[in-house]
Amino acid sequence: MSATLKPYLTAVRHTLTSAMCLDHFSSQVVERYNKPEVEVGTSKELLLNPVIISRNANEKVLIESSINSIRISIMIKQADEIEKILCKKFMRFMMMRAENFIVLRRKPVDGYHISFLITNFHTEQMYKHKLVDFVIYFMEEIDKEISEMKLAVNARARICSEEFLKRF
Amino acid sequence: MAQTMTFGDSCAPLTSHAWNKERNQIAFSPNNNEVHIYQKEGNDWKQTDNLVEHDMRVMGIDWAPNTNRIVTCSVDRNAYVWTQNEEGKWTTTLVLLRINRAATCVKWSPMENKFAVGSGARLISICYFEKENNWWVSKHIKKPIRSTVTTLDWHPNNILLVAGSTDFKVRVFSAYIKDIEDQPGPNVWGSKLPLGQLLAEFPSAGSGWVHSVSFSGDGNKVAWVGHDSSINVADAAQGKAVIKLKTEYLPFLGCIWVTNNSLVVAGHSCIPLLYCHDGDQIKFVAKLDNTQRKESGGLSAMKKFQSLDRQARIETNDTFLDSIHQNAITCINLHKGSKANAKKFSTSGLDGQLVIWDMESLERSIEGLKIA
Repeated sequence: MSATLKPYLTAVRHTLTSAMCLDHFSSQVVERYNKPEVEVGTSKELLLNPVIISRNANEKVLIESSINSIRISIMIKQADEIEKILCKKFMRFMMMRAENFIVLRRKPVDGYHISFLITNFHTEQMYKHKLVDFVIYFMEEIDKEISEMKLAVNARARICSEEFLKRF
Repeated sequence: MAQTMTFGDSCAPLTSHAWNKERNQIAFSPNNNEVHIYQKEGNDWKQTDNLVEHDMRVMGIDWAPNTNRIVTCSVDRNAYVWTQNEEGKWTTTLVLLRINRAATCVKWSPMENKFAVGSGARLISICYFEKENNWWVSKHIKKPIRSTVTTLDWHPNNILLVAGSTDFKVRVFSAYIKDIEDQPGPNVWGSKLPLGQLLAEFPSAGSGWVHSVSFSGDGNKVAWVGHDSSINVADAAQGKAVIKLKTEYLPFLGCIWVTNNSLVVAGHSCIPLLYCHDGDQIKFVAKLDNTQRKESGGLSAMKKFQSLDRQARIETNDTFLDSIHQNAITCINLHKGSKANAKKFSTSGLDGQLVIWDMESLERSIEGLKIA
């Protein structure tokens, strides 16, 4: 783990632990409804200040929280065109299957590549510290995953082009 | 030191719990529309009844000890009063709350002739029984509540009510109902007491949603905890000045006085903590849960490699936390004794456990702990 990644992830972990203190809260605007307040934003007093934690210009996390839900948006590092395409395809793949991932949001927040929406129903079903672990684990792994895919794509491209150029 | 209980096979969160007078029956909701009643038989707890009348999640349960009535309120905007007939079956009485948003909390008054229901409709319903129609009617306290009422507590004199809400404020109201009660005399909080009279308002800018409030045993002090992890105490005998202590823990969800000066708070940190109000400050006394995580010992190197192999991670921090409760504590109730002199209290939380804490054995087991 590189020298700057560790403090970055620690900061995210501590922020998530304190932001993920959620309660059951029924909508006070619409009768008999329960809505994630961070998404609807109809009552200002129920929202907390959003926090941005950034490692550098290309890697940051936005944590918005409210009384019954928290939204975590991650901007993933993309160094070149291949990484951009890979990231886009990979995120699209996951978000199309968002309901299987339970806490994944179907669309990322503007300016970010992937968003999670965790509500009090999730913290009731799952251990909170494990949810935090999951988000941190995801952030650790996603960079690794994309660079591995990039290597695989490059290797494949090299073999393809080798085979192709053998003809000439 | 602490006695842990779980009910049935489910590990669903306990939304709220309430004891009967003898403490051999408990009512709780397993985080849905039902209220389960368990009775103690020997060392076991057996389910005796299942109260199904609500059609959405039950938010509050309170058991009136002397009149043996249960009141429940729910997100479906209703409350019911349950009474036991001769065969031991629980039957409902209708409550006309006249609210159009979720009911969030409910509390019997100390005399048990009325109860208060807080709601998302930004009002408090004070309900009392109307004999001629055989139902509970309500009167509203509306002003100046600006957001959902999250928590309530009664003053021991049966007249005053303290309410906390998500507009960051704690308010003390008069809940005097002239139809059923005699004119109350003046007290430290105020002398003019028509229904809904605002006797005190404690604004606390930037302090967050109020999660729990509690009147002290003598009724002179009110304590509350908010989402900024603070503990606040206001003393009416000392000019209603607010004393605030910000703590390093995660926000607290429950607070209760255990003597006239000490209070227990618990919440998202999963451990109950004891604080003491002394003069013009609030002091930390002790952590009441000093459980250590069980070291799995021995095969740690093998565990390490296994975890590295399976999850590509070195650290083996397993699922268990260093506490008895494994998830947020949402409800604290007294189990034995009174607010002025509590002997035992019970906590329940999102992990589906109910824990009974014995003050005397806590005092013995924690070095230097003196509950005054």
